[in-house]
Amino acid sequence: MIKEEVIYQGAEAKICKSRYMDFDVVKKRRLNKSYRINEIDNRLIFYRTKEESKLMTEARKHGVSVPIIFDVDTQKGIITMEYLYGKRIKDILNGLSEKERSRICKMIGESIAKLHNNNIIHGDITTSNMILQDDRIHFIDFGLGEKNSEIEAKGVDLHVLMEAIESTHSRYSDCFNYVLEGYKNKLDNDANLVIRKIEDIVKRGRYR
Amino acid sequence: MLCLGIEGTAHTVGIGVVKEYNGKCKVLSNILKIYRPEQGGIHPREAANHHTLYIADLIKESIEKANVNFADIDLISFSKGPGLGPCLRTGATAARALSLTLEKPIIGVNHCVAHLEIGRGTLDDCTDPVLLYTSGANTQVIAFAEGKYRVFGETLDIGIGNCLDKFGRSVGLDFPCGPAIEKLAIDGDKYFDLPYSIKGMDIAFSGLLTAAQQYYKSGKKLEDICYSIQETTFAALTEVTERAMAHTEKDEVLLGGGVAANKKLRDMVSTMADERGASFFVPTKDLCIDNGAMIAWLGVLMYNSGVRLKVENSLIDQRFRTDMVDVTWRD
Repeated sequence: MIKEEVIYQGAEAKICKSRYMDFDVVKKRRLNKSYRINEIDNRLIFYRTKEESKLMTEARKHGVSVPIIFDVDTQKGIITMEYLYGKRIKDILNGLSEKERSRICKMIGESIAKLHNNNIIHGDITTSNMILQDDRIHFIDFGLGEKNSEIEAKGVDLHVLMEAIESTHSRYSDCFNYVLEGYKNKLDNDANLVIRKIEDIVKRGRYR
Repeated sequence: MLCLGIEGTAHTVGIGVVKEYNGKCKVLSNILKIYRPEQGGIHPREAANHHTLYIADLIKESIEKANVNFADIDLISFSKGPGLGPCLRTGATAARALSLTLEKPIIGVNHCVAHLEIGRGTLDDCTDPVLLYTSGANTQVIAFAEGKYRVFGETLDIGIGNCLDKFGRSVGLDFPCGPAIEKLAIDGDKYFDLPYSIKGMDIAFSGLLTAAQQYYKSGKKLEDICYSIQETTFAALTEVTERAMAHTEKDEVLLGGGVAANKKLRDMVSTMADERGASFFVPTKDLCIDNGAMIAWLGVLMYNSGVRLKVENSLIDQRFRTDMVDVTWRD
């Protein structure tokens, strides 16, 4: 029996550290919910597991670092993926030098641009969902992600990060400007359209 | 402090008298009249005419039922919004007339926040809940964060009650259709696939409505369709509520709004709460639906925290959003 250790439990899934062949892995297991009937429960778990692994694979194909997927079990709702030893951006960002912080933030923006160039919407870009390893930004948790080419979706995606930076790294709110700088560098289309959309979203007063 | 509250955001005109007692809300009277269109949906002007017709008598009756005198009232509270303009104006006009005649202060409150506060005010141990507010027009998941009631999730198109009513009307059920659908669903057992649309903590129902109507047209059993609608929409509502609870790290969930009367929805949210080790709350039915008592109670909270309003500034706001309210009465 392989020892499993729960790292995190969210509303939808349980994240465990485990072993797969000779590797340390993370297993993301979507939980059955007894408030909904089996027909819905099974359909959702199947579909979401499939979609999330598809998005991760696609992100990787376009040069964005994500954990390597070892196995996908759509019936049980388990994605087995590489365990990342790096540090969460959330935990290190405030302690970096000004120069290093701007470099990391630009890298983040460039990676997001690569995702958006391919219409991949992460859905929950926060500094807890990024891990720095081997000097590359790795994105995790595509559970709220989708494929969407609309500027609105890309604006919302960045707006989530903006709010996360404002709340968790409030003393370093220039971080988001560096992110946008990197984003502009790598986005194929006019990044100003997306940036203007973010301003719209702020004015709408939406909150998540 | 004794407060009279006037609710008139949509089809309900309601008057309530409440008393503050040790920080809790005691409802002395809570009466209402509901405008029911002969056919089709709600017509704002017709609804406002209906409210105008009954509001004076309701005010008198609420004072009698509360066993108090007009002179005992300390504060007049009314729904400032969100809602239908003509209906809101009727309520606000009555409130201004009362305030000027009785020479008592007036206060305008947010209808959605009132649904949450009446739970905190009347239920023991309900202190910091995530509210799942489900009614005809509104479907929101609301919780307190950083000085405001924030909307963590909401419908992107129509309210759940509206979705049920529209489906019900298209198959010949009487308004409000929710209770009829709930009854029919009990005899359904076959599940038909329906769109389950969640984006983050937001939710959408219009695709599901169309799909359900297609099933009906293709001759599927109505009981089974109703069963499928309830199972799908309520599961989605429960899921976004759970996400908001995980996100805000709160362990209380409160229901509000007319659809909260549905037993299936209550069961599902309560099961979810049990599994999370959270507490589940639902106010009595007369305080779940649109009512004057909750408007009165929020008026009390605001007034006691120092909020003041002049009659000349007592305008309504049809698009008064939940997160526009400065929550001065909570830390």
